[in-house]
Amino acid sequence: MRYLTDRKRAVGKGASGSGTEHFWWMTMSSVALAFLVPAFIFVFGHAIGMSQAELQAYFARPFPAILTALVTIVGMRHFAKGAQVMLEDYTQGSLRKGLVIFVYSLSWLISALVLYALAKMMFLAAAAQQITN
Amino acid sequence: MAEPKRVERPLSPFMIGPYYRPQMTSMSSILTRITGNALIAGFLLGAWWLIAAVSSPGYFGVVNWIVTSWLGWLIFAGMAWAMWYHYLTGLRHLLWDTGRGLDVETAEKLGWGAIIGSVVLTLLTLIILAIF
Ligand code: HEM
Repeated sequence: MRYLTDRKRAVGKGASGSGTEHFWWMTMSSVALAFLVPAFIFVFGHAIGMSQAELQAYFARPFPAILTALVTIVGMRHFAKGAQVMLEDYTQGSLRKGLVIFVYSLSWLISALVLYALAKMMFLAAAAQQITN
Repeated sequence: MAEPKRVERPLSPFMIGPYYRPQMTSMSSILTRITGNALIAGFLLGAWWLIAAVSSPGYFGVVNWIVTSWLGWLIFAGMAWAMWYHYLTGLRHLLWDTGRGLDVETAEKLGWGAIIGSVVLTLLTLIILAIF
């Protein structure tokens, strides 16, 4: 006989496996994105059409760099969890697991690509400053 | 004693079409899902472009050509609309989560608000970006 209460046995066995955690995470990220996205649309849209050197200098600046990093990190976690809900509505079994792993991987890959590009731009800007000093 | 038993849970049925005729509320809701997921296309192109910006000039030229071509314009203009639409219906969701605005009349009004509002905001965005 295992000394488990009925409540303990029930925890995690619901349809989601995690209570309302997922829902609350979507709510929190939505509020964050509601503040970030309007500014990001204009910061990003403004960069379209710049030369390569201008782009590197633009995204090395604190405001565009930090805003782009925040929107990417929060946005990609929000996308992964949102896409997961859609997949759980329409697919089952191994296909569902495979597709959820795929969208999570894709969202992390995009986050890593953007952070790498931003980091390199900041490094290039710092190096250029060293040379002129 | 509750026996731990694995159950294959059924999928919820897809209601629009076979059971419900398309309505303002269901259409504006499914469009939130479509636009939210479609936004990944913009992030993919954007991330590729930023990576190209820290690669060789030749590689940047290729990706930048796509981004600044009519195709790139179409994609990012589409993303601006998808973003604004998802944004407005996202706010609608947060309002609904507080228990407000759930009656049919208000829900339909909010749906029209999101559709018209997203088009207006997209045009405004494109105009402002063209000027500055
Ligand atoms: C970074 C850009 C964004 C992306 C890629 C994105 C993506 C998604 C996706 C894929 C979903 C799941 C849709 C579904 O299956 O129902 C979703 C849901 C949601 N999004 Fe976003 N979203 C973004 C920005 C925003 C913003 C700015 C807000 C708030 C104003 C927001 C609010 C919401 C809400 C409340 C839900 C839950 C809707 C529901 O429960 O049906 N999202 N998002």
